[in-house]
Amino acid sequence: MADRTNQEWLDALRGPGREDALADLRVYLVRGLRAALPDVPEQNLEDFAQEALLKILAGLDSFRGESRFTTWAFKIAIHEAFSELRRRRWKNVSLQDLVAKYDAGDFTPAVLADRTASTEQRVTQQMLLEMVCRLIDEELTERQRQAMIAVVFGGMPGSEIARRMGTNRNALYKLIHDARQRLQRRLLARGLSVDDVMEAFEG
Amino acid sequence: MINLEPQTLKRMVRNVFSTRPDEIGCDECFEQLDRFVEMTLAGKNAAEAMPLVQDHMARCRECREEFEALLQALRTLA
Repeated sequence: MADRTNQEWLDALRGPGREDALADLRVYLVRGLRAALPDVPEQNLEDFAQEALLKILAGLDSFRGESRFTTWAFKIAIHEAFSELRRRRWKNVSLQDLVAKYDAGDFTPAVLADRTASTEQRVTQQMLLEMVCRLIDEELTERQRQAMIAVVFGGMPGSEIARRMGTNRNALYKLIHDARQRLQRRLLARGLSVDDVMEAFEG
Repeated sequence: MINLEPQTLKRMVRNVFSTRPDEIGCDECFEQLDRFVEMTLAGKNAAEAMPLVQDHMARCRECREEFEALLQALRTLA
């Protein structure tokens, strides 16, 4: 790949040298993706690189020159590839089903037996779980509750929850951040500190 | 009935308690990720220089995964 400065990359991608620069960048992105995702088939890596190139070209004006151009371009390629792989992995999972699995309405939450914990610690763990579940039910909006259950209990990626909720990953992070802040205020209002909580888990 | 691993409950409650008002979202983290990864590659303390990016990645599995993949690939390409 031709060694270019950031400005040379920008000029080439915007000018007559565009085809050569694009070809070089594509090779670089595919090599990097291969290193990051060694188990993914070559054709998929080519597709991810192609999608990334479109985003890179569309976003050239947002490159602020705070890193090498190739690093900036490659972070876009990684984001494209990981987003698509997450989408494929979770495509058959519905948010409603996932949440319903953990949210049966009149459920009694239970902490699985923690063999390393003392009897007193287990009682505290159980009390904490009940308190947290009650706060999730009573203090959060329906969207916050769904998102939090899907992330914490269901392990679904934020971007996939966001897609199902008709929003984006950033807005979903903010939604859960607001939910955490609310829960934090309520736990503190009940006189609980982080030290109390950690004590319940440490032997 | 919901059954929860003690470690999941612990992580969740700790996450709630460590919530800070100035957290950045995924978009801001992504904007700064190229600088963060280059500082890390250069052996500089990126976490100290960009604490909000570090804090976001500690909480957001997806951004952390993408950072780790970026770092690993750039090390391989170097």
